[in-house]
Amino acid sequence: MEIVPSQRTRTNTPNDSVSTLPLYRYAPQLEVRLEDFEVFAMDRLRVLKGISDALARGKRPEEMENLVRDLWKANMRHPEASEEVNKDIISHFVLRLVYCRTEDLRKWFLSMETALYRYRFLLRSSEAKRALMAEFDLPCKAISRTEFENVKEKLEQVARSFDQPLPTADAIFYKVPFEEVPELVAGRRVYIHKGHAYVAMHQVVSLVVTQFRSNLSKALILTNRKWTSTIREQERDRLTPIVEALSMSYLGPDYSQPKEFGEISIKDLDQLARSSFPLCMRHLFDKLREDHHLKHGGRMQLGLFLKGVGLRMEDALAFWKAEFSQKVGAERFDKEYAYSIRHNYGKEGKRTDYTPYSCQKIISLTPGVGDHHGCPYRHFSEENLSAALGRMGVGSRAMEDVLDKVRNRHYQLACTLTFEAVHGSSCDAGINHPNQYFSDSHKILQPKVEIVI
Amino acid sequence: MTKEESENGSDDMLIDGPKQGSVIPDGFNPNYLKVYYGRLFPHADIFKWMSYGNDGRHPGCDKSYFGRREFSFTLDNDIYLRFQSFNSESELENSIKEKCPSKIDIGPVYSVDPAKRHAYAQGGDNVFAPVERELIFDIDITDYDDVRYCCSGADVCLECWPLMTVAIKVIDTALRDDFGFDHILWVYSGRRGVHCWVCDGKARRLTNEQRGAIADYFRVYKGNENSNKKVSFPGPLHPFLVRSYTEVLREFFEEKLLLSQNLFSTEERYEKILSMIPDESVTSELRGKWQENRRSSNSKEDINFFRWEQLKNTLQSGKQKVQGLRRCVEEIVFAFTYPRLDMEVSKHRNHLLKAPFCVHPKTGRVCIPIDPKDCEEFDPTTVPTLSELLRELNTGDSRMDVDNEWEKTSLGKSIRFFRSSFLQPLLKSCKEEMESGYKAKIQQTKNSLSW
Repeated sequence: MEIVPSQRTRTNTPNDSVSTLPLYRYAPQLEVRLEDFEVFAMDRLRVLKGISDALARGKRPEEMENLVRDLWKANMRHPEASEEVNKDIISHFVLRLVYCRTEDLRKWFLSMETALYRYRFLLRSSEAKRALMAEFDLPCKAISRTEFENVKEKLEQVARSFDQPLPTADAIFYKVPFEEVPELVAGRRVYIHKGHAYVAMHQVVSLVVTQFRSNLSKALILTNRKWTSTIREQERDRLTPIVEALSMSYLGPDYSQPKEFGEISIKDLDQLARSSFPLCMRHLFDKLREDHHLKHGGRMQLGLFLKGVGLRMEDALAFWKAEFSQKVGAERFDKEYAYSIRHNYGKEGKRTDYTPYSCQKIISLTPGVGDHHGCPYRHFSEENLSAALGRMGVGSRAMEDVLDKVRNRHYQLACTLTFEAVHGSSCDAGINHPNQYFSDSHKILQPKVEIVI
Repeated sequence: MTKEESENGSDDMLIDGPKQGSVIPDGFNPNYLKVYYGRLFPHADIFKWMSYGNDGRHPGCDKSYFGRREFSFTLDNDIYLRFQSFNSESELENSIKEKCPSKIDIGPVYSVDPAKRHAYAQGGDNVFAPVERELIFDIDITDYDDVRYCCSGADVCLECWPLMTVAIKVIDTALRDDFGFDHILWVYSGRRGVHCWVCDGKARRLTNEQRGAIADYFRVYKGNENSNKKVSFPGPLHPFLVRSYTEVLREFFEEKLLLSQNLFSTEERYEKILSMIPDESVTSELRGKWQENRRSSNSKEDINFFRWEQLKNTLQSGKQKVQGLRRCVEEIVFAFTYPRLDMEVSKHRNHLLKAPFCVHPKTGRVCIPIDPKDCEEFDPTTVPTLSELLRELNTGDSRMDVDNEWEKTSLGKSIRFFRSSFLQPLLKSCKEEMESGYKAKIQQTKNSLSW
């Protein structure tokens, strides 16, 4: 762990430990037993993983608040309050080491820790919230009466647009640079004027979380540098194996390399699309065959999936070219589209071998005009979805179950039920990745194919 | 210096030969482009802009700044050169003249010289990353194909171009009044849309997340090819949308678009609008009126206007207690007129965007700036083309003594506008920012010394 001046006196006072949250600014100056190092980290990972699953299922904020409280209680409690604070801090810093090492790991950890912080903050009393805001030293100041009167009408318009009670005369509003509250800006949940957002008291969580996120993001980069430059070598026999094992234990495979069934060839694609593609990919595949074109988002989603399925780059180029040239001509294909396919295979630009999109990523996409990517369970209208499911061979009873999951925004569960309906066998692990759908399907169908041959 | 020889050779033949300007045929031609880059393209202005005051004169300036900017060239033989970088105005100018790209794209400023990125990549520390980038927007008329009947695809005419004008008005006002940006450049993309560059220091330093937030703030049009509802407001409108609606969109829809696109003239067209109303009784009432009215409507009033009034009256009449239905009028207007941005372009710092004053290879038109204050006057069909400019160079008075040849052509107006309305105020504020930053730094070192 990092050797830095101790600031623990602050978090150690009994009052604070009940009401406030640590800022995780400094690694703790504590002796940590090796077992605790690992056990604490596993406990925190359970919390983060629980949050990750819940977010992927589209849980509402109020559901999340309860869920986080329960997860924390179940995993992070300690009979002694001061020990609980220590466990919180130690586990956070251990996971920083675990999740600092690649862009993807950092991104996941950052989102989950930020979500965790958000709901823990919301669960605090208002005094504790104000104390935390002061500790964060946020770039905001409460607006004066006069200023409030000047913008009152606009603040009321914003409140009405979200069905919130209108601000009363004694309401506190903070004026902050709009950059500090991106999520409120994105949702048009604040009035913005000349670069400043007017943030209501009940929205300050957004400010705190943005600050938390930005601090942690920077810290992870620094931790990564320290890890690669010194810690990994120094701790080769002690911490390094633990750290490396911890990150593998939860994220699952990324499907960037087709391992299980080797390569597939173009002539099998149509057959495979019908038998083993999840709806999102099957839809893109059909649209491509129909329109001989897909917009960027669709090319990425389908292209990387096909790569994960085992289509070699030369075959991918031939496959896309055969379709696109019917629409734009072979020449324009070579000129405008071939580059990005080679790029996906890591042969151009940054030369990164890009990983296929996971369900979580696909669900979070926002397809626009002319787009066919995204998660059909989330982005299709009900009529279009039922029609598409019908074409996949989902019967009417199963269809009703699927649509029911969709209405409750359980998109991955809806996909799992579809899988079960189409394959006539259960899928206990659930669907988390289109390539997992494919490989599970392949595993079920493969033996039958061999028997036929 | 073979490159300069060849360039001069072809120039002379075209420009000073015995033939008159009228022999230059329309269309695009790589030889014309050489002349254009040689004599008209404002290299110096692009360099000054992209330097943002880091020109080496001020002690607080960052000398490596311009050299870390990515340019990328599309060459005539479809070769795409990414990660080009230049250390001076003359390097930039010479490379453009030599390579004669059919398109120049501008990328972000990176942490290190993008041309040397591989050397840094070896370190494994991932130091090669974008650090600054203008906030950019790309609006393309092809994204409006479901609401225009005059053209489709890349075609654009004076009936549908006003959709772009409306987009400029809505976005420009919000960028200035809501987000507080001052240095905004709008550019005609050469064929079917507009680009926007927001160049304030704080805009250039925005993170991807903050860019995404601004793009989402502007995003109204939701849904895709597979969901029905394109615009839907769950509650009353946010002040930004109220302003856009009352100041721009409503008037444009009712007084221009309704008639110019004949939005209600046929069954197919009005059915599309009826599909945006989620109430069976309202839609069947209107449908009934319009079907039987088809022949008997002989009033002088335009049928589109008449039907729109009927629709509004039905939706907003006292009978409709459901607030959502009243809001349908707004939803329809937004669906037809509200700007549709290419979100991905704005969200990430590493997106490339075509440089102003490029020539569009298909239309031959120059990507000239558009004055947002006067955007209604902008006419894409009269934008100077490469061949017109060369004709003007030929016929222009050769005795006229000017520093810049573009002053003799219709490009002059655009370059003067670029300088006076955009570049000069921008550079002034860059200097001020640099000055105050420098003073603060000096103060800081003084303070730390005294300790």
